[in-house]
Amino acid sequence: MKLRNPHLLTAAALMSALTISPALVAQDAASSDGEERDYQIQLPAPPEGEVTFQPPHERDLPDNQYGDMVRKGRDLFINTQSLRGKHVFNDQNCVNCHLDAGRLAHSAPMWAAFGVYPAYRGKNDKVNTLTDRMQGCFTYSMNGVPPEAGSEEIVALETYLHWLSTGAPINESLPGRSYPTLSEAEQEPDITRGAEVYAAQCAICHEDDGSGQQVGERWVFPPLWGDGAFNWGAGMHRVNTAANFIKANMPLGKPYSLTDQQAWDVAAFVNSHERPQDPRRRTMESLDETVDIYHNHMGFYGDEINGERLGEGDNYGENPTPSE
Amino acid sequence: MITISKVGGIALLLAAATPALAQQGDAERGGTSAVVCVACHQADGMGMNIPGGESWPRLAGMNADYLAKQLHDFKSGDRENMTMMPFANMLSDQQIADVAAYYAEMASWPELPTAYHAADPNKEGEWLAERGDWEDSTFIPACNQCHGPNGQGVGTTFPPLAGQHAGYIKNQLNAWREGTRHNDPNELMVGIAKRLSDEQVELIAEYYAELPESLAAADAQEQQEDAK
Ligand code: HEC
Ligand code: HEC
Ligand code: HEC
Ligand code: HEC
Repeated sequence: MKLRNPHLLTAAALMSALTISPALVAQDAASSDGEERDYQIQLPAPPEGEVTFQPPHERDLPDNQYGDMVRKGRDLFINTQSLRGKHVFNDQNCVNCHLDAGRLAHSAPMWAAFGVYPAYRGKNDKVNTLTDRMQGCFTYSMNGVPPEAGSEEIVALETYLHWLSTGAPINESLPGRSYPTLSEAEQEPDITRGAEVYAAQCAICHEDDGSGQQVGERWVFPPLWGDGAFNWGAGMHRVNTAANFIKANMPLGKPYSLTDQQAWDVAAFVNSHERPQDPRRRTMESLDETVDIYHNHMGFYGDEINGERLGEGDNYGENPTPSE
Repeated sequence: MITISKVGGIALLLAAATPALAQQGDAERGGTSAVVCVACHQADGMGMNIPGGESWPRLAGMNADYLAKQLHDFKSGDRENMTMMPFANMLSDQQIADVAAYYAEMASWPELPTAYHAADPNKEGEWLAERGDWEDSTFIPACNQCHGPNGQGVGTTFPPLAGQHAGYIKNQLNAWREGTRHNDPNELMVGIAKRLSDEQVELIAEYYAELPESLAAADAQEQQEDAK
C-alpha cells in the first residue's frame, strides 16, 4: 500500500485552510483524451464544529411538479437498482454510502454537497459541477455508465439534493460534510488484524466472502468486494476514506463503536480484495501506468496480496463498455 | 510502492467465527418433544397474542438456527424469561435441534413483497420500519435494514417481524430496554431498542403485527380497481 496518506491527511487540512484544491495532493490526472473523469477525488476535510443543519422532512414536500421531481430523485437515490443494466452495473444504491437517503451528517450528506458545487479544481484547471460529481459516483461507486447531463435521472437527483439543502448556505463547507477525518493510524493498517475485526463485526451482515445478502431481488447488505461492489476507481477503495466512513457508520446501528485502529485495519482488509477494474484502465497501456497516474493514494490497487496482483486482468464486472 | 502485512490466517479465522449450532435436527423427533409446547405456542405453532399479558410468539416457519439459538439462550440465561426457561431447560442439545427443525418446517413464514416502494412520511410506523429515525442523533436505522424487506427476516440471524404478535414484539423490545434480554449477536438490537421512545415501541409492534394483512388488503383493493 502506498503510504502517502499520513502526509495527505495533514496536507488536506492545511490546503483547505489555504483554499488550494486538495486535487494537488490526491492524484487526479486527465485521461489521455484530455477528458477529466476522476470525480472520485478525495474531498477536503470537513470543517470542525457542531452539525446544525437539518434537512426538511418529507412530510412537508409540496404536492406539485417540484415535489414530484424530488420524490423521483429520492427513489433513484434509495433504489438506484431501478437503473440496473442501464446506468448501474453492480449491486449498490447511492444510499449505501450516503446513509439515511443522503441526509445523515458524517455520511457524506447531500445537503452539504449541493452548495459547494460548481467547484474549481486546480489540477484540471476546470470548474466541476454537481452533475460531474454525481456522474463520478455512477462511473465508479456504481460501476456504471452515468446518465447524461440534463437527463431525467440527473435532473431528478439534483432536484432531490436541492430540496434537501433548503436553507443551507451556498458556497460554504458545512460541519457534517463528507466522513469525519480519522487521525493517522497509530500502527500501520494491517490486513491480518483487519480480518479479525471483519470476522467478528462485519461478516454477520456482509458475509465472510464480502458478497453481502439479499432477499428476493433486494440487496439488504451490500457486497463489499467482488463483482457486485464499487470498482477500483471509487473513492471508497481508498483505505483512509473507507476507514473514515466505517468509523462513523459501521457496524450499522453502532456508529463510533470501533477504535480508530480497528477502523483502519478493517478498511485495509476490505480494500485488499479484488473488485471490478478501474474503468480508466481501458485508456491506459498497462496496470503500472494506471497505478502511476491515478493511484497515488492510500490503496492496494496494483499490489500483490496472497500471490495475486490486484487490478490485473480485464474484469470490469458487468459493465459492458467496450474497451478502447 | 510498499505493501503491508500479507494475509495469513484469514481462512482459519473466518472458519472459527461460524456458529457452533450446526447440530442436525430431525423434525419428526422434534414433534415428540413439542407436545409440551402446544399449551402456549398452539398446535399449529401460531402462538397467541394476549393483550396486557405475556404473549406467546409464533414459531411456525421461523428459521431453525434462529429458534435453536433462542432455546440455548433461555437455558444459558442470556435471555431471561420465567415462563420459557423451564421448558428450554428440559431439552437436550439434540432435542433443541429437533424441535427447532419441527417448527421451522411446520409452515412457511408469510412471504411478502420485496420490491422497493416509497415509505409514506405520514405513517409513523411504516416510516420507522422503512426509513428509521436518524434525527437528533437517535441513530435508529430502518428496522427493515436488518430484518429485510417488509420485515420478513434475513438468513439465520435476523428474525422475521411481520406477522409476529404485537404483544410479543413489544415485550421483546422492552426486555432489551430493561436488560432481561441480552442475547443479541454483537449487541445489534439493544442500543436500537433503548433509543426507541415508548410511543415508537407501541407503534412499531402494531405495524409489524398487522403488516401481512394490511399488505394483502392493499393488494386486493388494487386488483379490484384494476378490474374496474
Ligand atoms: C460505494 C460507496 C458510494 C456509493 C454507492 C455512492 N457514493 Fe457518492 N461518494 C462516495 C464517496 C467515498 C464520496 C467522497 C467522500 C469523501 O471523499 O469524503 C462520495 C461523494 C459524493 C458526492 C459529493 C459530496 C460532497 O460533499 O462533495 C455526491 C454529490 C455523491 N457522492 C453522490 C452520489 C450519488 C448520486 C450516488 C448514486 C448514484 C452515490 N454518490 C453513490 C461513495 C459512494
Ligand atoms: C448489522 C448489519 C451490518 C454490519 C454488522 C456491518 N454492516 Fe456495513 N453495511 C450494512 C448496510 C445495511 C449497509 C448499507 C447502508 C445503507 O444502505 O443505509 C452497509 C454499508 C457498508 C459499506 C458501504 C460500501 C458499499 O459498498 O456499499 C461499507 C464499506 C461497510 N458497510 C463496511 C462494514 C464494515 C467494515 C463492517 C464491520 C466493522 C460493517 N460494515 C458491519 C450493514 C452492516
Ligand atoms: C407456558 C407457556 C409456554 C410453553 C409451554 C412454551 N413456551 Fe416457548 N415461549 C413462551 C413465552 C411467553 C415466550 C416469550 C418469552 C420472552 O418474552 O422472552 C416463548 C418464547 C419461545 C421462543 C423464542 C421465540 C422467538 O421468536 O425468539 C422459542 C424458540 C420457544 N418459546 C420455544 C418453545 C418450545 C420448543 C417449547 C416446548 C418445549 C415451548 N416454547 C414451550 C411460552 C411458552
Ligand atoms: C442493526 C441490525 C438491526 C436493526 C437495525 C434492527 N434489528 Fe431487531 N434484531 C436484530 C438481531 C440481530 C436480532 C436477533 C437477536 C437474537 O438473536 O436474539 C433482532 C431481533 C429483534 C426482535 C426479536 C424477535 C424475536 O422473534 O424474538 C425484535 C422484536 C426486533 N428485533 C425488533 C426490531 C425493531 C422494531 C427494529 C427497528 C426499530 C429493529 N429490530 C431493528 C438486529 C437489528
